[in-house]
Amino acid sequence: MPIIKQKDYKTWKKFDRKRDLLNWLCWFLGTLIFSLCFGLISSNTIWFYVFDSHNEALDLLGRMIPPETNYFYTLIKPIWDTLNIATIGTTIGTLIAIPLAFLSANNTTPSKKFIRPLALFCIVSSRSINSVIWALLLVAVVGPGVLAGIIAIGLRSIGFCGKLLYEAIEEIDENQIEAIEATGANKAQIMTFGIVPQILPAFTSISIYRWDINIREATVVGLVGAGGIGIELDAQIGDLAWAKVSVILLTIVVAVVFSEWITAKIRKAII
Amino acid sequence: MLKTINLKKVYPNGEEALKGINLEIPNGQVVALIGPSGAGKSTFIRTINRLVEPTSGKVYFANEKNDITSLNKSKLRKIRRQIGMIFQEFALVERLSVMENVLSGRLGYVGFWNSFFRKFPQKDIEEAFRLLQRIGLEHMLDKRADELSGGQRQRVGIARALIQNPMLLLVDEPTASLDPKNSRQIMRLICELCKERNLAAIINIHDVFLAQNFAERIIGLKAGEIVYDGKASGLSEAILTNIYGEEDWSKTVAN
Repeated sequence: MPIIKQKDYKTWKKFDRKRDLLNWLCWFLGTLIFSLCFGLISSNTIWFYVFDSHNEALDLLGRMIPPETNYFYTLIKPIWDTLNIATIGTTIGTLIAIPLAFLSANNTTPSKKFIRPLALFCIVSSRSINSVIWALLLVAVVGPGVLAGIIAIGLRSIGFCGKLLYEAIEEIDENQIEAIEATGANKAQIMTFGIVPQILPAFTSISIYRWDINIREATVVGLVGAGGIGIELDAQIGDLAWAKVSVILLTIVVAVVFSEWITAKIRKAII
Repeated sequence: MLKTINLKKVYPNGEEALKGINLEIPNGQVVALIGPSGAGKSTFIRTINRLVEPTSGKVYFANEKNDITSLNKSKLRKIRRQIGMIFQEFALVERLSVMENVLSGRLGYVGFWNSFFRKFPQKDIEEAFRLLQRIGLEHMLDKRADELSGGQRQRVGIARALIQNPMLLLVDEPTASLDPKNSRQIMRLICELCKERNLAAIINIHDVFLAQNFAERIIGLKAGEIVYDGKASGLSEAILTNIYGEEDWSKTVAN
């Protein structure tokens, strides 16, 4: 009842009195919860360290500078490994994601009752486990090294690419499918002539995007022993060799910038 | 050539789109199907090639024994090759080239791997060149379909239907997305091509004026039933009122 009748005129308010009170109550409760949490966190924090943190940071930075530039040459192999983990992992992940996406999409799945939930389950379980956790498990299973990293990155990519791809399949224009169907084409031809051209742009941008993410993730899986530059980073932090750590961080930054540049180029060329 | 007997369609939500259509179309006849939105025009032509499965009734195609509604999947695909279809929103595969779109009309005759690698028989390719020349788009064959204008796209749609070498054309609102000039050109092209090839056609169209001008026979559909079946010149104010509802039809009839 946003219209309020006075004696001789009527006026309008967005909310009635009841809704006004409810809004006020929600804001009050929100503020209350925030203050309580702040108090709890504050009493569990040793503020002495926090107020000292800028000195610590400067100290660390001082140890990192100047970087030990000669050390870079020993990093060439690990960073190459990292790039390979990302690239091969992404390739494996997308290749497995394609059939899964077709099985999961509402309009292409062969069976909505049985196969679709199964395929969706594969996608969800791959997505819900972080690649570092996959790497931890795989290092235990296949042993430390590049292979564990590749499989970890691949497993995580299946879910990501599968989900985005099946959503793209569900959004295709059915008119184009109908037209191909009307010519007497069979199921496989409808797929290659009707569906594939429509999802190809989505597919390329999804896999390029995932490759971009995977370069960064591949640097992390090394921390748990799954190959690449992360192993080196873990070792040097353990040795407190900060001048070497700074070289590693710079190398990672360069690698990520490089991947950004490449993905931008590919996107421009394809789409 | 085409004969439907008591053709019915009830959608899962209970809507009765077709209430028993009996219709016979001889060889080479161009029929315009008019009627208000929701009368069942689109459903009717889609039940003929079973893009929409009819609920009951029969569709005889080519001869009295060939009932489309009782065919299995692979025989249905063979029949679909002989029925060309043209759509309102053109329904071209937007990201494929004009040539690929035209050749996709031959998919029913080409194996999967040959179509996958775009290896079409030489005579299909020659026919595609001929058709593109006939519709005046031979210089566009390498363009992607989404680069064309509306009128050009519909021409490609027509070429795709005709390269099937069909006996029957099903045409669903070919002019609804076009301006008046293109509408007339497209209707003229469809009718000319039907005459050249002695093709029968069912053209859904809600523009009464275009229907009168281009079709020899007009069928009026209203709420899933045929309420008029006769010559274009036979349309009167009373008949149009019956099909579409109360409105001043005097000017339309005068044309």
